[in-house]
Amino acid sequence: MDAAFFAASAIALAATVMAITRTDAVHALLYFIVSLLGVAVVFYTLGASFAAVLEVIIYAGAIVVLFVFVVMMLNLGREAAARERGWLRPAMWAGPSLLALLLFVEIVALLAAAAPSHAGIHAVEARQVGAALFGPYLLAVELASMLLLAGLVGAYHLGRDDRNDRDGRNSGRAGGHAPGRLP
Amino acid sequence: MSGPAPEWGLAVAAALLALGLAGVLVRRNVIFILMSVEIMLNAGGLAAVAAGARWGQADGQILFVLVLALAAAEVSVGLGLILLLHRRFGTVDADRFSEMRG
Amino acid sequence: MLPWLWTIPALPFAGFLLLVLTGARLRQRAAAWIGAGSVGLAFLVALAVAAAAAAGSGATLPYSQTLGRWIDAGGLHAAFSLYLDALSLLMILVISGVGFLIHLYSVEYMSGEDGYCRFFCCMNLFVASMLVLVLARDLLFLFLGWEGVGLCSYLLIGFWYRDPRNGAAACKAFIVTRIGDAAMAVGLFPLFTRLGTSDIPALAQAAGAQWMRGDAAAVAAAMLLLGGAVGKSAQLPLQTWLPDAMAGPTPVSALIHAATMVTAGVYLIARLHALYDLAPLAEAAVAVIGASTLLLAGCSALVQTDIKRVLAYSTISQIGYMFLALGVGAWQAAMFHFLTHACFKALLFLAAGVVIHAMGGEQNILRMGGLRRRLPLAFWSSLVGGASLAALPLITAGFYSKDLILWFAWDSQRGAQWLWLAGWTGALLTSVYTFRMLFLVFFGAPASEQSRRAAEHAGPAVRIPLLVLSVLSIVAGFVETPRLLGNITLFSRYIAAALPDTVTRAASPGMEAAIEALAIVASLGGLYAAFTLFIRRPQLPRRLAERAAGLVRWWRSDWAMDALYDAVLVRPYVALARINRRDVVDAFYDGVARAAAVAHGALSRSENGFLRWYAAGLGAGAVILIAIGTWGRT
Repeated sequence: MDAAFFAASAIALAATVMAITRTDAVHALLYFIVSLLGVAVVFYTLGASFAAVLEVIIYAGAIVVLFVFVVMMLNLGREAAARERGWLRPAMWAGPSLLALLLFVEIVALLAAAAPSHAGIHAVEARQVGAALFGPYLLAVELASMLLLAGLVGAYHLGRDDRNDRDGRNSGRAGGHAPGRLP
Repeated sequence: MSGPAPEWGLAVAAALLALGLAGVLVRRNVIFILMSVEIMLNAGGLAAVAAGARWGQADGQILFVLVLALAAAEVSVGLGLILLLHRRFGTVDADRFSEMRG
Repeated sequence: MLPWLWTIPALPFAGFLLLVLTGARLRQRAAAWIGAGSVGLAFLVALAVAAAAAAGSGATLPYSQTLGRWIDAGGLHAAFSLYLDALSLLMILVISGVGFLIHLYSVEYMSGEDGYCRFFCCMNLFVASMLVLVLARDLLFLFLGWEGVGLCSYLLIGFWYRDPRNGAAACKAFIVTRIGDAAMAVGLFPLFTRLGTSDIPALAQAAGAQWMRGDAAAVAAAMLLLGGAVGKSAQLPLQTWLPDAMAGPTPVSALIHAATMVTAGVYLIARLHALYDLAPLAEAAVAVIGASTLLLAGCSALVQTDIKRVLAYSTISQIGYMFLALGVGAWQAAMFHFLTHACFKALLFLAAGVVIHAMGGEQNILRMGGLRRRLPLAFWSSLVGGASLAALPLITAGFYSKDLILWFAWDSQRGAQWLWLAGWTGALLTSVYTFRMLFLVFFGAPASEQSRRAAEHAGPAVRIPLLVLSVLSIVAGFVETPRLLGNITLFSRYIAAALPDTVTRAASPGMEAAIEALAIVASLGGLYAAFTLFIRRPQLPRRLAERAAGLVRWWRSDWAMDALYDAVLVRPYVALARINRRDVVDAFYDGVARAAAVAHGALSRSENGFLRWYAAGLGAGAVILIAIGTWGRT
């Protein structure tokens, strides 16, 4: 199990690094999917099979797919990739890398300072999770569903295309909006 | 049950968090920023699950489920906003959306 | 009757309040009634209190009355407390009595003036403050009255405020006395802190118990309080304000700058005589200051041409005598001279007021002359007052008091021969300048048109005070006569309850007779000299003045002290102020403002609307907080 854990972690980390450094959006998203699958394997090695499955189905299978759809709709094109390359000069990485490194070092130092617990891993089965969800965490489930409803309504409203519904008041704007004046 | 020590799980989560943070700070394209945020949320969920595994309770995975629900809602709304931004301003450059400046 | 003590300062204060609140709408008669009436009432109450104290078996004095607590902070407990003993009873009788007479005089003198009501308002406040000053049992309460009289002096000197010169004179008076007041305030602190109390009788006792004679703290406190007294009483080196204070109306000069306020310093030292007994250095300083001031002012008075300035320098000189007396330990003699001086100096000022009014505002004595037939009241009043000032023997009050001082200057344990010599020379000078003034104003030929046309318009309100003060200037001295001339010791026995007897060297009666004879010689000699110079050979003074023009100019300008202060104090300060025109301290505060502006610029640049900038801020903040939280306490 250990070997699987370390291997999956390594893959997840490497994939994440690739994801944040790509200029092409779709490439980055594909690397992101790899990262998520690696994390799912990590979940499994930790005995959390339910979480692993959820990770694959929802995170990799729904959320990232949403990303892909939007990238497709935006249709940014090749000049976008060129622009991204311009924005990703190595000099830009200095500050953020430093900050991220500091954060990582701090957390690892905290972890190392804590006394090592010799408790091992206890697998938690799906049944246990389900029982807890419909038991003490019932309210949280309901709230989560309301959150999702809000997300649904919001996404619908934001993504609505007004062009076909207009009753002809704003003529002169055929063929999509002209880009608004930037502040 | 044998397995890796949970501290390693937390360490991996920390690393993923750091990488996500770096991604948020470096990228200018809002889609990439949003993706980096997802990376950070995922890292948080990993930490929760690792902790739950250490204590043998379901709470870790439940937290993960809730984080997942949150991420889903957030991504849908966020992407809707990105679409609107692109339609309105014709660009997805985060640095151009700076009207809330002092 | 004694419990009514508090009404004595309260009545004039009530008059002040009434006038300040309603004065704008009052007619002059009403303001006069309130103004003079309140002081008159206070005098009646004072008389009643005196009668009650005398009728009681003598054990009723000293009487204390506390009106309320004031400060209760740390070790300092100050209260509004009044203290009536022989000394303060004398003071309140003189202040309210002479004050009332001057108020009565002002009713007619200031009638028709713009600001009539304001005048009585300030005068009432002055009388109230002065009464508080002399009645106060607590040093802080005394200081309150001290400051009050200083304020009223300023208000009244600058009464005709439309002329900026009057305002300048008022400022000068206030600022110079302020220097003294600052020294006095500082001097109060070692008394409070070392002796733990601000109550005067308790202070005197504690000082005697705690400090040896010559103790540094006692000397320091005494010298600093002397600074305050010097300022208020216009002695060297702070005497420059009094001649210029003559810019105020004549009743003001009479009340404040002759009879009462300028004697506050004398009162302070007399009241705290226990402290001065412990500080021989300070006592010596008092005597030296008194002696030098009386000589200096006497010389200056000799060459003045403004009638009020002559009287001002004369006041400075006479208070010098009181200081001399205090300095040699002749406490009772000082207060005796205060009593007589209040009478004859007020009289002289009031008579001068009549002369000035009759001359249509002219104050230069060289333009007067021959007024004795045209202004009989003023003439006879001035004659009596001037005779008393010059200490004409036997028939004037001034003779007895000045003679007593001269005697103690010679005979007291702390006296010295040169102090007596200074006093004697001063007496000679006093006689000369007094009669010079009288001869130039009332005798000889009229020197100008106004003096030919001068006419006396004096109603009862003017006559009565002049009359009463004239009588007092003669009889007030009979309460205390020397051993060889009747040995009446009414006054000294009365005031011995509050002020101790002088320690003398007990010179022989022969010596005593010699000293008194010399005093008579000084007074009469001065009269003869003035008669010669100004009646018999009027050309002589003019030729003398021409020959010694520089000396005359120097003396007339108060021994050039104004110029000295200007060169030594004012000009360097102005030069420094010019150097510091771009104020260094201001630059510091400007720098603070500029730093704030810079910080503002920096911070507002951080609010740039960039998403990633804000995210970086969040991240950095999180990193720092985690660091502080985990390792902050190591």
